[in-house]
Parts: sequence; C-alpha cells; structure tokens
Amino acid sequence: MAIALKSAREIGLMRAAGLVVAEVLDLMRERVAPGITTRELDRLAYELITARGGKPSFLGYHGYPASICASVNEEIVHGIPGDRVLVEGDIISIDVGVIIDGYHGDAAITLPVGQVSDEARRLIAATEGAFRAGAAAAVAGKRLGDIGAAIDSYAAAHGFAVVREYTGHGVGRAMHEEPTVFNYGRPGTGLRLRPGMTLAIEPMLTPGSARTRVLPDGWTVVTADGALAAHYEHTVLVTEDEPVLLTAPAESVV
Amino acid sequence: MAKKDVIEVEGRVTEPLPNAMFRVELDSGHEVLAHISGKLRLNFIRILPGDRVRVELSPYDLTRGRITYRLRT
Repeated sequence: MAIALKSAREIGLMRAAGLVVAEVLDLMRERVAPGITTRELDRLAYELITARGGKPSFLGYHGYPASICASVNEEIVHGIPGDRVLVEGDIISIDVGVIIDGYHGDAAITLPVGQVSDEARRLIAATEGAFRAGAAAAVAGKRLGDIGAAIDSYAAAHGFAVVREYTGHGVGRAMHEEPTVFNYGRPGTGLRLRPGMTLAIEPMLTPGSARTRVLPDGWTVVTADGALAAHYEHTVLVTEDEPVLLTAPAESVV
Repeated sequence: MAKKDVIEVEGRVTEPLPNAMFRVELDSGHEVLAHISGKLRLNFIRILPGDRVRVELSPYDLTRGRITYRLRT
C-alpha cells in the first residue's frame, strides 16, 4: 500500500484547508438552534468556504449535492441538507470538507439543538472522547489497529457501540486516500504509522446495535434500529510525538 | 466525509480448496477463506495459488471474503 507521506509544505497547505474547516464548524456551533433549516446551514457553510478562497469538497463528490452533511438524530452520516427544521432536543452531526490549493481538510462535530436528553449529551461526549482516544494512538511506530482498538474500547467502556460499515480514511490530495481507518481493530496489527501520514479519524457511536441502512435518497445512512447516532472527526497528522489536529481551531493545534 | 467500508483488501492465494474456495493470505497478515465472485466465474477467469487478488471482506466476519479481482502480476 503506498501511503502518501506529506512534506512540510503539503502539511502547511492542509493546515490552511483545515483552518477553514474549523471556522465553518465554529460557525455551525453558533448557528445551530431550533428553527434553522439544514439547507440554511449548508448555505452558510458554502458562503464561508468560498469567501476564504476554498471549495467545498463534498459538492459534486460522487454526485453529492451539498457542501456539508447534516445528519439529525438517527441519521449517522451523509444526511443531505434540505427543508428539515431543527427542533429542540434534536442532535445534528455536521461534516465539512474543504479543498484549497489542491489539499483537503475534513472534520465533523455533533451538536445539541437547544436542550437535549442526558443520553444524547452522553453520546455526544463519548463520541468526542472516542475520537481523542483514537487520535492519541495516531503516533509514529504504532499501528492502524491501535487506533481502531482505542476507539472501540472507549466506546464500549461508555456503553456505546461503534459503527463498523463506515470508516475513516487517509486524506490529502484526494478526500479519500489509503489507508482505511477502521473504528475497531486489534492492537498491534495493521499498517505501521509513519510521520507525515494524514488520517481522517471519524468514529460514529450509537447506543443501539450499530447496524446501518441507507435511505432511498441513496446517501443518508441511518441506524437500522432508529437509535441516535453521533459523529466526530478531525484530520490528524501523524508525527514522531503528539499527533496534530489539522482541522482544530487556530488556538488549539494539539 | 466517512468512507463506505467494503473492506477491500489484497493478498496472495495460498491454497485451493474444493468448491472454488481459496485460502488467501492478506497483505495485513491475516488468512481468510474466500470464494470466487460470480463475475470472475462468468468470465472464466481462473485463480491459481500464487495469484495476487483483491478480496472483499464483510465487517461482520473478517475471516471470510470474496475474491473480486485477479491483479496482473
């Protein structure tokens, strides 16, 4: 498997794209509230991305019709923005991709809409925690299986299951590159991680059975049992020491 | 955007078994039991030990797969 290790110059370009992604997600944090539609959120994202000189990498990707994925409640990923109005108690996962100067950034967060249930709050927190556990394992010398194992065991420890049919991925000049980053795995197995690898690590957690179904629109992935699902993602750079979150906001690069 | 996991992997066929099944040693080191996909059968493509092949794995049983392509070596 030929994994593209990024040079310092390329990492700089990916960080530039990552900063725009971070800015979009911050904007989403501000604007997600009861009453707004997912289409309006998409519009805001599109305008911000283009204002920063980038292009939304999801738009037109295999025919995807929008700049963000907006997945509400039992929708796990790839929800298409539309006329759906957010309601108090919903949770919404927003995934954004930006390409600038030929390099990609990809990140996602799950946000509560107004006041949400304790279960939903715990799910969102555990999903971010599972990501951090996985990202902490993204260090040179460790293996891909360590990342997946960290995510899976964190999720299980908090009472949640990990979605298996959708995965993280390498990212760089293309949105989806080698390798496939599973959200489960056996420690010490798989590809050896090397500095310069840029991986989009994106666990998806659910309290239910984690079986998935795709809706007739051909894109939206939902939990087969209707349980809530949360998603959290950053583009992570593997280094000799601490992993670097290329899509984190400016003040908090690590 | 999350990537759809069809778990496509590559490996080397180590041993033929009855009923068009094969043992394949994946690049990852795992060994799986794989069957030939219908498309390969339909096009009369033979798989022999030593061939490098692409295998599709199910996330629900990582020891079983489907050989979907014979790579040119």
